[in-house]
Amino acid sequence: MDWSQFLEEAFLVSLLAGALRLSTPIILAGLGEVYAERSGVLNLGVEGVMLMGAFASFWGTTVTGSAWLGLLIGMLAGAAMGALMAFFTVTLKVDQVISGMGIYLLGGGMSSFLYRIAYGVRMLPPSIEGLSGLTIPVLSDLPIIGPVLFQHDALVYIALILVPVLGFILSRTTLGLKIRAVGENPEAADTLGINVDATRYLCVILGGVLGALGGAYISIAHLKIFADNMTVGRGFIAVAIVYFGKWRPFMTFVGALVFGSAYALQLWIQASGAPIPHQLLLMLPYALTIVILAVVARQARGPAALTRPFRRGEG
Amino acid sequence: MSVLGLRLEKRPSPSPALRALAPVATAVLALAASGVLIRAAGGDPFEAMAAIGVGAFGNLQNFGETMVKAAALILVGLGMIVAFRTQVANIGGEGQIIMGAIAGTWLGLTLIDVHPAVLFALVILISFAAGAFWGAIAGWLKARLQLNEVIVTIMLNYLAIYTLNWLVRGPMRAPGLAGGFPQSEALAQAAWWPRLAGTRMHVGVLLALALAILVTVFLTKTPWGYRLRAVGANAQAARYGGILVGRTILLAMVISGGLGGIAGAGEIYGLHHRLLDGISSGYGYTGIVVALLGKLNPYATVLAGIFFAALAVGMEAMQRSLGTPFALIASIQGLVVLMMLLADVLVGYRIRKA
Amino acid sequence: MDSSEAAPLVDLRGIVKRFPGVVANDHISLSVLPGEVHALLGENGAGKTTLMNVLYGLYQPEEGEIFYRGRAVRLASPRDAIRLGIGMVHQHFMLVPPLTVAENVVLGTPACGRVILDVARARRSIADLGDRYGLTVNPDASVWQLSVGEQQRVEIIKALFRGAEVLILDEPTSVLTPQEVEGLAQVLRRMAEEGKAVIFISHKLREVMAVSHRVTVLRGGRVVSTLATSETSEAKLAALMVGRELVTGARRQPHPVGAKALNVQGLQALGDQGLLALKGVSLWVNEGEIVGLAGVSGNGQRELAEVVCGLRKAMAGHVWIGGDEVSRASPAERIREGLAYVPEERKRIGSIADFSIAENVILETHQSTFSRWGLLDQRAIDAHVSEILRDYDVRTPGSHNLARTLSGGNLQKLILGRELSRHPRMLVAAQPTRGLDVGATEYVHERLLAAREQGTGVLLISEDLDEVMSLADRILVIYEGKIVGEMASAEADVATLGLLMGGARA
Repeated sequence: MDWSQFLEEAFLVSLLAGALRLSTPIILAGLGEVYAERSGVLNLGVEGVMLMGAFASFWGTTVTGSAWLGLLIGMLAGAAMGALMAFFTVTLKVDQVISGMGIYLLGGGMSSFLYRIAYGVRMLPPSIEGLSGLTIPVLSDLPIIGPVLFQHDALVYIALILVPVLGFILSRTTLGLKIRAVGENPEAADTLGINVDATRYLCVILGGVLGALGGAYISIAHLKIFADNMTVGRGFIAVAIVYFGKWRPFMTFVGALVFGSAYALQLWIQASGAPIPHQLLLMLPYALTIVILAVVARQARGPAALTRPFRRGEG
Repeated sequence: MSVLGLRLEKRPSPSPALRALAPVATAVLALAASGVLIRAAGGDPFEAMAAIGVGAFGNLQNFGETMVKAAALILVGLGMIVAFRTQVANIGGEGQIIMGAIAGTWLGLTLIDVHPAVLFALVILISFAAGAFWGAIAGWLKARLQLNEVIVTIMLNYLAIYTLNWLVRGPMRAPGLAGGFPQSEALAQAAWWPRLAGTRMHVGVLLALALAILVTVFLTKTPWGYRLRAVGANAQAARYGGILVGRTILLAMVISGGLGGIAGAGEIYGLHHRLLDGISSGYGYTGIVVALLGKLNPYATVLAGIFFAALAVGMEAMQRSLGTPFALIASIQGLVVLMMLLADVLVGYRIRKA
Repeated sequence: MDSSEAAPLVDLRGIVKRFPGVVANDHISLSVLPGEVHALLGENGAGKTTLMNVLYGLYQPEEGEIFYRGRAVRLASPRDAIRLGIGMVHQHFMLVPPLTVAENVVLGTPACGRVILDVARARRSIADLGDRYGLTVNPDASVWQLSVGEQQRVEIIKALFRGAEVLILDEPTSVLTPQEVEGLAQVLRRMAEEGKAVIFISHKLREVMAVSHRVTVLRGGRVVSTLATSETSEAKLAALMVGRELVTGARRQPHPVGAKALNVQGLQALGDQGLLALKGVSLWVNEGEIVGLAGVSGNGQRELAEVVCGLRKAMAGHVWIGGDEVSRASPAERIREGLAYVPEERKRIGSIADFSIAENVILETHQSTFSRWGLLDQRAIDAHVSEILRDYDVRTPGSHNLARTLSGGNLQKLILGRELSRHPRMLVAAQPTRGLDVGATEYVHERLLAAREQGTGVLLISEDLDEVMSLADRILVIYEGKIVGEMASAEADVATLGLLMGGARA
C-alpha cells in the first residue's frame, strides 16, 4: 500500500474536486433547510423535495432540450413541494415531523411514478446532454486551485456563491432579521407587526426551491440520468448538517464539505483496494454529527420556536 | 386564521364516531387517489382495483404474501406506538430492524446444534436486545442531554445501513460466492421459522398479532405503560406526580427499538433466510405511517398494517398482470400521511365563513 | 409640574372586558394626564393587566370607549396602539434573545431599511435616549447577554423609538434590584418631565408612593379610588387595595400541634428569569397546624413550593419532611416521605387533561399502591376512585371521562382528594381556591381544616387574605423572596398584612 500517492498532486486535485461536486447537492439542500428552520419550520421531507427536483429538471431537460429550462422546471417543482409543506405546517399547524415524513414519502413516490409515466418502461433510460461543465478561463489554469474550484458545472458555482449571499441576507438584511425573529420569538415578532405566517411560507418555499436544485444537480449535472431514490438519503443529511452547522449558512457549508469529502474519499478507497472498509468512512460523518450534537448539547437548541406552530393568542 | 374567506373554528370535543371516521376516510381517499394515479398512468382504475384486491387476498398464496408483509409492518408499527405515545419521535426504525436482523443472523449462524424452538426463543431475545440497544442510544441522549431524537435516530439509521453493508461484503459474507450478491450464508433450514398453511406466511405473523395484544396490555394495564402514557400526555404533570421522565423516555426507546429488532429477525428467519442489503425495505418509515393511520392504537394498527401490506402486495400483482410497473406505493404512503393530517384537522375543527 | 390643568392624554371610559366566567374589567374609567406618572395598584386578579392590555390593543373591550388626545379611537391590535404613540413594556419581555439590542429595537419599523439592515439609526437613537433618560445600554450586545434590568431598558427604548408618548409598564420592578429600581424611577421621572405619560402597574406600595403623581386602586375589576399620591399614604393604599372587613368568623378550633412536618432553612433559589427568587427563606410547619403564607403572586411563592416538592433545585438551604432531610430527594421520594402538593396550576401541572379521571387519581400511587404482579389492580383502583369522587364531591358522569371535562372546582376537589387520601404528613397547597366559585371554595376550606384536625401539617400559600386569616394558625408574609413578617393568626389584622404584602414596614 503506497501511501505516498496520497500526496501526489493529481490525486489531491481529483479528490478535492470530487468532494466539491459531491457536496454540491447537500450544500444547496442544506442552505434551503437553514432558512426553513431559522423561521421555525423543521422540514424532514427534504429528501422527497430533492427527488422531485431531480425528476422535474430531468424531465424538463428532455422536453425542452435545454438544461437551464429544465432547472427552472425543477425549481418550480421544489417551490410547489415547499408550498405544500408550508400549507400543512404553517396554515394547518399540524405536527412538523409527521408532515415532513409525508412530504418525503410523497416526493420519493411521485418522482418515481411520474418518471414511469413520462418515459414508460424501457430498457435504457433516456440520456441527456445535461448541464455541461463550465470552465472558467484563466482562473482554472491556476495550479491545484484551478482544477479543484474552477472546472465545474454552473450549479456548483451557484452553490458556492449562494453560501455567502444567503449568509449575508440572513445576518445583514431586514428580511433576514425578520426571519430570525420569527424563528426565535414569533409572539414578539407578531406584536411588532411582522407577518409570521408569510415569513415562514417564504422560507419553506425557498427551502423547497434550493432542495430541488440540489436534486437537480444529481440528475442533470452529475449523473445525467434519473433513477428511483437517487438521492440516497442526502436530504436527511442536509437536515443533519444544519444541526452540525448550528443553523449558520457557512458552517452548514462546511458540514456539507465534510460529507462530500467522505463520499469522495470512500469512492477512491473502494477503487484503490485499500484495506480500510470504505463503509467506515461513509459512517464517519453520521457518527460525527451525533458526537458534535452531544458535545454542544446545550447550544444545539436551534431557533427557539423550531417545530412550534405559531398561533396568535386568544384575546 | 382565514384562508380563502374561510375560517377554522375549534370543535369543543369531537365525538368518538367522528374521530374513528378519520382513518377510515383516509384509507378510502388513499384508494381513490390510487385510482386517479392509475388513470393518469393510462390504466383502468376499476380493473386495477380488482387486480389489487385479487393480488392481496384472492387466494391463499396471495393472502400469505400480504400477511407476511403485514407482520413486519405491524411489529414496527407497534414499536412506533410505544415511542410516539411517549412523545418520542422514533424515526430510527430502519436501523433498529437492521440491527435486529444482524444479531439474529449471527446467532443462527453461530449456534448450529440447537433445538429450533430454543433457537427461536434466543433469536427473539437477541434481536430485541439489538434493536433495543440501537433505540436506547437515541433514548439516552434525549433523556440526559435533551438531544433531538429525530436527528439522532436518522443518523443511527445510516450507521446501521453501512454496518450491514460492510458485514455482508466482509466479515459475514458467504464464502465461495466470489462476484456474487453480497449476502451472508444461509441459515440452516432447521432454523427457518415454520411456514403456515403452505404459504410464505411464517410464525412471525402470529407473533405480530400476539404482540399487538401484549402491547395493548402493557400500555393500558401496567404501571410502566401508565408512566409512558403519562409522560407522553403531560411530562410536567408526570414529573410532579413523581414519575422519572428521563427513565421513562429511555424505556420507550428500548421497547420501540426492540420491536423493530424483532421485525428484522422476522425478515431473516421467516423470509430471506440470510442477511442481505436492504433487509429493512423501508419498513422503518412505513411502520411510522401505519402507526399513525392506526391512531397509535395497537388493534387499529394491525388493521392499518394489513391495509398497507395489501396495498403493496396487490399493487405489485396488479402491475405484473397489467404489465405496468407504477411504483405507486410510496406516493400512496405519502398521500395517506398528508390526508390523515388533513382529516385530523377537519375532525378537530369546523369550517366556517370568515 | 402642575398637570391637573392639562387635558387627559388617555381617557378610558366605562371599559368592560369579560372572559369566560369572570368580568375582569367592570366599567372602569381612568384618565391619564400628560406629564404624570400614574400608578395602577391592586392585587392579582384585580384587573390591572387586563385594562392595560385593552389600552394597548391586545384585547378588545366589550363595552366602553377609549379616547386618545380627546379623539375616540379603536385599537384592534398593538400596531394601532403603537401608531398612536402608546407603548407597553410587559412583565414577560417581548425580545428576541439572540439578536442584538439595536436589532431588537429596530425590528419591524421602517427605520431598519428596505433591504439592507440599517441599525445605524437605531444606534443613534439608543445613544440619544440613553443620554436623555439615563437608559444606558450597549447597542451591539446580544440581548441574552444582558441582565434583566438592561433588557427592560431595551424594552423601554423600543417603545420610545416608535414614538411612544404614553408608556405602560407592567410590574416593572418585580425583576429589578433595588439600585435598578431607583434607576428606573429616575427614567420615569425624566419622561414625565418631558410631557410624556407613564402608567405603571404595581402592587408595591413603597414604589407607588415614591414615583407616582397619582394612583388608581383597582379591586375586583372595579376602580376603588383615584388619588393624588401626595394626599395618601401606604397604609391608606393598603387598606384600599385589600379592602373589605373580614367576612368569615373563625371556624377553626384551637388544636394541639405535633412535631415539625416541614422544616425549611435558608432556601435560596433562582427563578425562571435567572434572578434570585428565594433569598434565604426559613420556615416550619408543625403537624396539625395550618401555616398561611400570604403575599402577592410573584414574590417567590411558586419557587418555594417547587423547591419544597423537589421540582426545582435550590442553590442553598435545606428541606426536611418529618425528621428526614430531603434536600436532594426526587419528587417521588418526597411523596414517599409523606409530602403532598396541590399546585397552583391545576390544569397544566396538577393533572393530565387527556387522562381519564380515574387515571389522574392514581398519578402518584399507581406503582406504590395499585400495582400487583406487574399489573395495575383495576378493581382496587375503581374502588379507590369511587371513594374519592364520593368523599370529595367531585361531580362527573363517570370516572372514565377525561379530566379536561371537569370544571375548575371539581378538578380541584379531585386533586385535593388525591393528595389528602394518602394521609400525608405535610401538604403544600398553592392558591388552592383561585378561580373557584364560593361553594367549591367553602368545600376546599373545610377539607383543609379537616386535614389539619387529622394531624397533617398544611402550608397554605395564598393571596387571599380572607382565606389565610380564617384558616391559618400562624401567618407568614413573603415579599421579594424573603419572609418579612410572622404572627399568630389571632394577632393579625388586614391592614398590617396588607402593608407587609406591599413591602412596607408595618
